[in-house]
Amino acid sequence: MASSPVDVCVVGAGPAGLTAAVAAATAGRTVALVDAGARPGGQFWRHSPAGIEADRALHHDFVKYRQLETGLARFVQTGQIRLLTRHQVWTIERGARFTVRALKAGEYERTVDAAALVLAPGAYDRQVPLPGWELPGVYTAGGAQALLKEHGVLVGARVLVAGTGPFLLSVAAGLAQRGARVVGVYEANTGLGWLHHRSLRAVVRNFGKLSEGIHYAGTFARHRVWYHPRSTIVAAHGDTEVRAATVARLTRHGAVVPGSERRIEVDAIAVGWGFTPQLELPVALGTRTEVDADGSEIVLVGDWQQSSTPGVFVAGEATGVGGAALARVEGEIAGYAAAWYVNVDHESASFHPRSRRAERRLSWLRKRRLTLRAFAAAMHRAHPVPPSWLDQLQPDTLVCRCEEVSVERLRTAADDLGVTDARLAKLLTRTGMGWCQGRVCGYATACLVARFAGTGYDPRGLTERPLAVPVPLGVLAHGAAPAVPADESWRGE
Amino acid sequence: MSTFWFDGHEVPFRPGATIGAALLASGIRSWRTTRGQGRPRGVFCGIGVCFDCLATVDGRPNQRACLTPARDGMDVRSQEGTGHGEFAG
Repeated sequence: MASSPVDVCVVGAGPAGLTAAVAAATAGRTVALVDAGARPGGQFWRHSPAGIEADRALHHDFVKYRQLETGLARFVQTGQIRLLTRHQVWTIERGARFTVRALKAGEYERTVDAAALVLAPGAYDRQVPLPGWELPGVYTAGGAQALLKEHGVLVGARVLVAGTGPFLLSVAAGLAQRGARVVGVYEANTGLGWLHHRSLRAVVRNFGKLSEGIHYAGTFARHRVWYHPRSTIVAAHGDTEVRAATVARLTRHGAVVPGSERRIEVDAIAVGWGFTPQLELPVALGTRTEVDADGSEIVLVGDWQQSSTPGVFVAGEATGVGGAALARVEGEIAGYAAAWYVNVDHESASFHPRSRRAERRLSWLRKRRLTLRAFAAAMHRAHPVPPSWLDQLQPDTLVCRCEEVSVERLRTAADDLGVTDARLAKLLTRTGMGWCQGRVCGYATACLVARFAGTGYDPRGLTERPLAVPVPLGVLAHGAAPAVPADESWRGE
Repeated sequence: MSTFWFDGHEVPFRPGATIGAALLASGIRSWRTTRGQGRPRGVFCGIGVCFDCLATVDGRPNQRACLTPARDGMDVRSQEGTGHGEFAG
């Protein structure tokens, strides 16, 4: 079912998308804000139907969310922003304008016609395989967090948190606050990475972020949660569900210290190694990408968050993983820029804020973006994925969970079939070809192919997905899904 | 409290819960076996990315339990392999 055209369509209602939608509406444009979730907020501000207030203790910057929510509600009421929740965008067609096609509840389709796009698709946990990681009871760190924030569900009574990055602190603190026994946080790196001479300036300028760390230290002390720097999980154990984990210390170079392995009884594990930006929509629209400091493929954007595809602005984690504060700054710039783009002669014009006030705001936002980007770079330097996971793999460890492709099959493909890149690996082993389309195993496949074939690491080749989500055959066959029932509200629920 | 059916058992859920959240809250951690090795799977990513938590909902196979809202009286079934077993000869 098509709906009346809008000026700007914003995809994703997390910190970046919400800010972009409110900024574009503030600049006087009509906006459609489309998101797969039941409520706006994205992964960062994921909350239960009871509202974000109910779980205030689990959220950061929740005051910012309330401000954005208030702004959004005002524009939704006037009809200037159309909020489409539970709508997953599966493709975007580009002509003189854009046609955004979204599936509501995976069944029927709604299309949005827009003059400009802001894509703020966010990111999900980056994973690397480890023996036993496919056992029920092993969760991504973000998954454990989402179940807690949205549903109040604890993933286990004795939970081990492992991986790398500041996000682990937030996950462990949330679990402990809600009554889980967190048997330890195993952080593969040390806090010392932040003291790198290239990072110090950025860290000092983002002093507020340090206070978050102090807050977590207090929570950990209260709940007797031990933080183990330079330590990692090497395996999960169990028959039909996880019963234990093996952890070990790491050397300065990220290798397991021989003999340091220790087995811990657990009933759940939450693991994460940074984040992978969700790139299928920008990539399908032909935006140019590059590989970021953390090894993730990201969209290249200019000063105004514009991508290489005219009319497509990108904000948030898709332009480089950097956290919610940076996402909001980028979202606001993208929202203003998209609003401007709608009404100009695209050939000749360059971006000019409409007023002195807007000019001052944008100049501040651009400075803030620089500072936060520097902080993100410091984070990537301090929290690399240690090489230990490659050494801990067993021949039968699954790399691709969907198609059940083992490490051994990838090695054979490199040795016997001459596989030298991730795309060939996909074609010959089916890794990354299953339901998730390589979202979970893409990074690991690129690392393993590089190691086995002796080629360079390149994550591209698994991110091109013609459809961003599985689509019922009927939608493809008819060009349109069954129409949305007439009683469906256009303004979200 | 509202309930849905899971393999013939009643599972309670809170308003706004997904099928996956309700199953986990009831202590059920896996509801699918894989196509190749027949291994158990449940929720992994929790946000609709990994497709590990597939279940058959009201006769439709391969629904992501972590995204699908629970509804009163819904018929949820664990799923083997492709989820199309009942259509095979």
